[in-house]
Amino acid sequence: MCDTCGCGDPELVPVEVQESLLAGNDRVAAHNRDHFAEHGTLAINLMGSPGSGKTALLEATARALGGGRRLAALSGDLATDRDAERLRRAGIPSRSITTGSACHLDARLVHEALHELPWHDARWLFIENVGNLVCPAIYDLGQAANVVTLAVTEGEDKPLKYPVMFRKADLVVLTKLDLLPHLPDVRLGAIADALARTMPQPRLIPVSATSGEGIGEWLEWLEALAGEAVEGAAADEAAAEPMAAGG
Amino acid sequence: MRVGGVAGAGAIIAPTVHEYSIVQALLARVEAEAAERRATAVHRLRVRVGELSGVETPLLESAYELFRERSICARAALEIVPEAARWCCSDCRAAVPAGGILRCPRCGAPARLAAGDDIVLERIEMEVPDV
Repeated sequence: MCDTCGCGDPELVPVEVQESLLAGNDRVAAHNRDHFAEHGTLAINLMGSPGSGKTALLEATARALGGGRRLAALSGDLATDRDAERLRRAGIPSRSITTGSACHLDARLVHEALHELPWHDARWLFIENVGNLVCPAIYDLGQAANVVTLAVTEGEDKPLKYPVMFRKADLVVLTKLDLLPHLPDVRLGAIADALARTMPQPRLIPVSATSGEGIGEWLEWLEALAGEAVEGAAADEAAAEPMAAGG
Repeated sequence: MRVGGVAGAGAIIAPTVHEYSIVQALLARVEAEAAERRATAVHRLRVRVGELSGVETPLLESAYELFRERSICARAALEIVPEAARWCCSDCRAAVPAGGILRCPRCGAPARLAAGDDIVLERIEMEVPDV
């Protein structure tokens, strides 16, 4: 208290917080993750530059699977419904998330859109993020894996220029492989080297959505991810059982 | 009066970068802490920004300037503490240099990011009436 008049001097108080500024998003992402697990759906956050072939990869995936019945997709788009329309034509139940001028999807936008998409029967739910190699990497959406599309036309050094994005990738799908013969300066070895400097466990699958090359390996990767999820769930159950029996 | 003449019907087109969302989360968190303690003003904030957090310090600062005006942080200084990315072996914990191949030079196991991917509100200094 103030000695002169007893007015109650304000006091400067330091408050230690030490909390991530993404904590709010992370809570919604955890909620999304629970939803996906409940329905046995694997959510994949598909990221990449504009025009790197995210939508084309999903179209090729549906073709290779003989239709999109086991798939569902949410497409982040600044202004249009075009990507979701393309995916619906490919037989994939899809819905757009129109972000306006926002540069990324966040967990809340995904959560709201989930209420308007029939995704419960899908084995894989693709969340096609806004074309951008910076901010989408920051926001957890509740996904089981991050996949980044990188077109051969983007150059060898993209991973070094966007380390935040590539560090978070579980898989990089190198797209437009059919164009490689026209690009004498692009070497697959140099791309692999750049990835080894940004991804601790680099995994690269080169594909061509046009010719279908590599799509088989991509499907194998998706199946393996589904297998891991089943094993993980079984392990969780086994770990939970003794506790349930005990009390 | 219309400025720029781009947007019709009084629409405000904000150039939206994710630093804007981060600052809105920051102000909301500070307001909540201040309300809980019945603070009358906030003097200083300290935020740690990791090199691989995806947040650019100059953009964060300009976003803060834009949004703090009518908040409890109107006169609060924002101190940003940068944090370098630090990698270590996921197995033997040896340091793995950034920029090189992200494998342990000793045992070959994949590296793990030990620091530098967070954006954290560390500390708030606020004015609380003496009671």
